[in-house]
Amino acid sequence: MSSVKLNPKLFDPEVEAIPTRDGYGEGLVALGEKDPNVVVLTGDLSASTRANKFEEKFPERFIEVGVAEQNMMGIAAGLALSGKIPFVSSYAVFVPGRCWDQLRVSVCYSKANVKVAGAHSGISVGPDGATHQALEDIASVRVLPNIVVEVPCDSIEAKKTTIAIGEHRGPAYFRFGREKTPVITSEDTPFKIGKAEVFRDGMDVTIIACGPLVYQSLVAAKELEKDGISAEVINNHTIKPIDKLTIASGAKKTGAVVTVEEHQINGGLGGAVAEVLAENFPAPMERIGMTDTFGESGAPEELLEKYGMSVKKIKEAARTVVKRKR
Amino acid sequence: MDKRHSPQHREHTHIGEIEKIANDIRQDIIKMLVEAGSGHSAGPLGMADVFTALYFAVLNHNPQKPNWDERDRVVLSNGHIAPVLYTTLAHSGYFSREEALGTLRKLNSRLQGHPHVGTTPGVENSSGPLGQGLSQAVGMALAARMDGKKHWIYCLMSDGEHDEGQIWEAVMFAGKNRLFQITGIIDRNNIQIDGMTEDVMPLEPLREKYESFNWHVIDVDGHNIQEIIDACSEAKAIYEKPVMIIAHTIPGKGVGWMEFDYRWHGNPPGTLEVPGDPAKKDQAKSALDELRSLRGKITGEHE
Repeated sequence: MSSVKLNPKLFDPEVEAIPTRDGYGEGLVALGEKDPNVVVLTGDLSASTRANKFEEKFPERFIEVGVAEQNMMGIAAGLALSGKIPFVSSYAVFVPGRCWDQLRVSVCYSKANVKVAGAHSGISVGPDGATHQALEDIASVRVLPNIVVEVPCDSIEAKKTTIAIGEHRGPAYFRFGREKTPVITSEDTPFKIGKAEVFRDGMDVTIIACGPLVYQSLVAAKELEKDGISAEVINNHTIKPIDKLTIASGAKKTGAVVTVEEHQINGGLGGAVAEVLAENFPAPMERIGMTDTFGESGAPEELLEKYGMSVKKIKEAARTVVKRKR
Repeated sequence: MDKRHSPQHREHTHIGEIEKIANDIRQDIIKMLVEAGSGHSAGPLGMADVFTALYFAVLNHNPQKPNWDERDRVVLSNGHIAPVLYTTLAHSGYFSREEALGTLRKLNSRLQGHPHVGTTPGVENSSGPLGQGLSQAVGMALAARMDGKKHWIYCLMSDGEHDEGQIWEAVMFAGKNRLFQITGIIDRNNIQIDGMTEDVMPLEPLREKYESFNWHVIDVDGHNIQEIIDACSEAKAIYEKPVMIIAHTIPGKGVGWMEFDYRWHGNPPGTLEVPGDPAKKDQAKSALDELRSLRGKITGEHE
């Protein structure tokens, strides 16, 4: 393993699992206690986004907008232009999905200090089906100037992300999952916007992941050891501004890259890493994620399996890309 | 600073003076559009009286301190009428008339084709894509309410942009939350790019729509400076609802051959041959001549 301090029980079968959105709720409360300018908005999704944690403590700074995401994004811009630090809380299919132009013009072009939290992202939303599985949000937001894009890997990192984004001046987008997912990091794991962390050292292949699938990537790396493949795992939580140095250094060291994400590989983390490699250190690459299809209803685990985001598929991709080096 | 003591207010108490400024602003709009070679004509000319009344009689503002915390905010939602905003800001002293007349829409200019907050002194929001202004005004009003601040937020909108659903989301929210610090002003000029609003997508009964969303509505003649000022004063006395002023205006007002002709919505003088209108090369001069002769007919109270 690397020198980074992760959850010591990471590979226990009984590893604790907490939804990343819980970290959002905790982060909001921590921020609210520190800064009276922090305000939280929701579009009729207070409890499921965990914005209700803030609502319970600071009702006078909580704004219920109703099912009106375009208006919500605009209100947030107006609040930010008046010195507030608004957090827009909804599902990632709705923010940015329903209000991309408001995000573009009212927020990003205006450099309004708005924070956008997209909950229930990825295919692991499960039974609700394709309409509610946000698999395009990273791509559609990272193309906008002036905005930071973060994908925390677990509840602890989600809390750190929320606080860091609150302290960062400028627009930011971050996404969470619905399901309970393993706690990967610890309070001592370093976190900084724009800095990818090597969670596991390796010499043969670099697995670059974001979000809860960092767990599957670490499990895959551990199992690859038995096949004689030494895999590095990078937690690339900041999609934008992307950490070119850490990504290029990984590629330079191992000469082969696999990206892993719960998102379309076109335009998502896979796209972003491909851009970095093509410009800085071209290397063979395999991308794990959605391959230009919509999802469907099913249990989260079944969906990750069917759409190729399982530990098994990550291992296969690693073996394939290692062969391509030769 | 109370608005009755603001320098703008003291200097221009007399309606005739404000009318003259509005006429000067119209002339500058023509000049800046001709210099830019593109941009919207009808809307800016039609809103010249509303803008002049606001900046020279209604607003509590300080052009020397554009970021002063207690200032009244003007959120322009239909950003394509930026020429009237820029010209009025220049006449108020936010930047020079030379900058307004010479740099609109040019490379490296502070006067973008559509307004950009942070670039231009006095501009409070970015706009252009329609329907986004009122939501931002709502956010500003919520912030003011949370902080116990007394300033006012004026949101200027077009009639055509009421086709956008976002506006009605914001109207519903402001009505529910009784955001009385918002005074909206609709440029009810009845035209949009493809024709008359009532043909493209009927808005009437507009007054009743707003009233049913818990707004107080005032209809005014958008070219009567006194009526505009009075409506804004009335709005300040309404504490249980947001107020929408429907300003009935004539697009292209002041240039006879442009008035009420939707073909002049998106084109500056000198770019469009319209049967019956002056030839392209003569349009700028004709417009300015007409405005200058109109100016001669305005009499100040002390003349």
